[in-house]
Amino acid sequence: MIEVRDLNVRFGKVHAVRGASFTVAEGESFGLVGESGSGKSTVLRALAGLVTGWTGSMSMAGCALGRRRDAAFHRAVQMVFQDPYGSLHPRQTVDRILSEPLIVHRIPDADQRIARALEEVALPRAVRFRFPHQLSGGQRQRVAVARALIAGPSVLLLDEPTSALDATVQAEVLNLLADLRAARRLTCILVSHNLAVVAHLCTRLAVMQQGEIVETLDEAALRGGRATHPHTKELIALSRDLDGTG
Amino acid sequence: MTPLAEIRGLHVDFPGSTGWQPAVRGVSLVLGREKLGLVGESGSGKSVTGRALMRLLPPSARIRAETLRVAGTDLLTATPEAMRRLRGARIGLILQDPKFSLNPVMPAGEQIAEAWRAHHRGSRREAREAALELLSQVLIRDPARVFAAYPHELSGGMGQRVMIAMMLAPGPDLLIADEPTSALDATVQAEILRLLDRLVSDRGMGLVLISHDLPLVSRFCDRIVVMYGGRVMEELRAADLHAARHPYTRGLLNCLPRLDAARQRLPVLARDPAWLEGP
Ligand SMILES: Nc1ncnc2c1ncn2[C@@H]1O[C@H](COP(=O)(O)OP(=O)(O)OP(=O)(O)O)[C@@H](O)[C@H]1O
Ligand SMILES: Nc1ncnc2c1ncn2[C@@H]1O[C@H](COP(=O)(O)OP(=O)(O)OP(=O)(O)O)[C@@H](O)[C@H]1O
Ligand SMILES: [Mg+2]
Ligand SMILES: [Mg+2]
Repeated sequence: MIEVRDLNVRFGKVHAVRGASFTVAEGESFGLVGESGSGKSTVLRALAGLVTGWTGSMSMAGCALGRRRDAAFHRAVQMVFQDPYGSLHPRQTVDRILSEPLIVHRIPDADQRIARALEEVALPRAVRFRFPHQLSGGQRQRVAVARALIAGPSVLLLDEPTSALDATVQAEVLNLLADLRAARRLTCILVSHNLAVVAHLCTRLAVMQQGEIVETLDEAALRGGRATHPHTKELIALSRDLDGTG
Repeated sequence: MTPLAEIRGLHVDFPGSTGWQPAVRGVSLVLGREKLGLVGESGSGKSVTGRALMRLLPPSARIRAETLRVAGTDLLTATPEAMRRLRGARIGLILQDPKFSLNPVMPAGEQIAEAWRAHHRGSRREAREAALELLSQVLIRDPARVFAAYPHELSGGMGQRVMIAMMLAPGPDLLIADEPTSALDATVQAEILRLLDRLVSDRGMGLVLISHDLPLVSRFCDRIVVMYGGRVMEELRAADLHAARHPYTRGLLNCLPRLDAARQRLPVLARDPAWLEGP
C-alpha cells in the first residue's frame, strides 16, 4: 500500500530525513518512534505532500507520488497533526471545521455525519458550536481526529494522536482506530513516543534517530525487548521503567 | 512554613448558550515546596485550575474563590501590575500548546534570552549565553541552531523544550507545567523531569505538574490530586497511586495499554453521575 524508498528531506542546511525506506501493507498499522527531532513528523509530512524539498521515491496503492497531489489523494489520505491547536482554524467552530472536508469532497448528509463523528470520538454535543480556544487540549485533539475520519479515508497518518489525551479518551480513540482498521481496512502510520500505544496498535515499527531509520522490528520483538539498536533498547528500558515492569 | 500557593473553594465558569458552564467547581489545594501532580481526564479542569493560579483566564470567565494566594500575593485583589511582576519572576507556566505560546516571528533563543533579561541584570551577550545554556539543559542537541530557529522550524518536542527553557529562565519559585513532556520521547522526558526535580530540591521551587500520564506522575511527584468534572475526587501520596480507592482513579489506571502484555480491547471507563455530587 505505502512504499517509501531512500527518502531524503532537507530544510536548508538541516538534513531532517536521511535515506529512510519502509513499506506498509494495506490494512496494516506501522509505527514510527524515536527521539525528538529525529524526523518522524517530517516523514509523515512528506507522505502527505506537505514538504517540498524531498528526494527519493514514495508510492501509495501502486501509484508513484509526485510533487503535487490530486483531490482523490486528499480524500484517501488524512493526517492528524501533532499540534492540534495549530492545525485547527481558530475562527471556525467545530461544526465548520468538520463540514469543510464534506463540502470539498461533496459528501452528503453533513448534519448526521458530523453528529456521528463527534460521537465516535466521545465529544459531547455541546462542543459542536464552540471555537477551538474554548476547548480543552484533549477535546481539540479529538476534533482533529474526527476531522481526519469524517471523509472516510483509506490511509491515516497520525502524528502523536493520543499524546494530548487522557487515559480514558486515549483508550476510546485507540479502540476506535482498531475498529475502523478492521471495518474499513484502514492503513495507518502512527508516530508516537509511547511504546505501549505503538505496540497496541501496530504490528511493525521503525525506530528513527537523527534522520535515519536505525531499526525496524515487529510487535513481538518490541514487547519481548528483542531490539538490537542501542537507541531502541534505551527507549524500551525507559518505557518499562515507567510501566513499573522494568 | 507558609504555603507557596493556596486555593480554597475555587469556582470557574464560562458563559455558555444556556447560562454559566462550570469548568472548576469548588477546588481546594495547598502547595508547598514540593511536586504536586494534577491528573484527571480531558476537560476535568486541570488547565483552568493552573491558569487561575496565574490569573491567566479569558476575561469572559467568572472566577470565585475564598482564597487564591500565590507566593504571598492575593490574586483576588492584586493589581494588573503586581500580576505582571508575579508572572514574570515568581511563577512560570508551561502551556499545553507550546507552538501557540511562542512568538511565531521571533527566533526561539531570543525569546528565552528576553525572559532571562527580564529578571537578571546582564548584557545581551550574557542573556544569549544563559539561553544557550538553558537549551542544552533541556537536552537540545544543537543549541546554536535552535537558538536561531523560528518556532515553525522546530519539531514538536523541540518547541516544548524551548517553552520549558523560557519558563525556567527567570528562576521562578513556582512552576506550573501543563503537560510539559507530552510530546517528548522517553529519553528526553526522563531528562527533563530530572532537571525539574533538581530545581525543586536545590532551589526549593514548587511544581504543579499537570498531566494525564498517571504512571509518570506517580513516579515523579510527591502528591497527586485527581480531578473529575471540575472537582477533586481524591488526593493521595504519589507512591500510593496503585492503591487508589476511588473508582474513577482505578478506571483511569485500568485503561492504559501496556508494553509487557497485549490487550485485545482497552476497557473504557463507566462514569458514575454520583462523582459529580457530594464530597
Ligand atoms: N520547516 C522547517 N524548517 C527547518 N527545519 C525544520 C522544519 N521542520 C522540521 N525541521 C527540522 O527537522 C528536524 C526533524 O523534525 P521533525 O519535526 O520531523 O522531528 P520529530 O521526529 O517529529 O520530533 P518530535 O518528536 O519532537 O516531534 C528537526 O531538527 C527540525 O528542527
Ligand atoms: N475559554 C474557554 N471558554 C469556554 N470553555 C472553556 C474555555 N477553556 C476551557 N473551557 C472548558 O472548561 C473545561 C475544563 O477545561 P480544561 O482546559 O481545564 O481541561 P483539562 O483538564 O486541562 O483537559 P485536557 O486534559 O484535555 O487539557 C472544559 O470543558 C473546557 O471545554
Ligand atoms: Mg514530531
Ligand atoms: Mg489541559
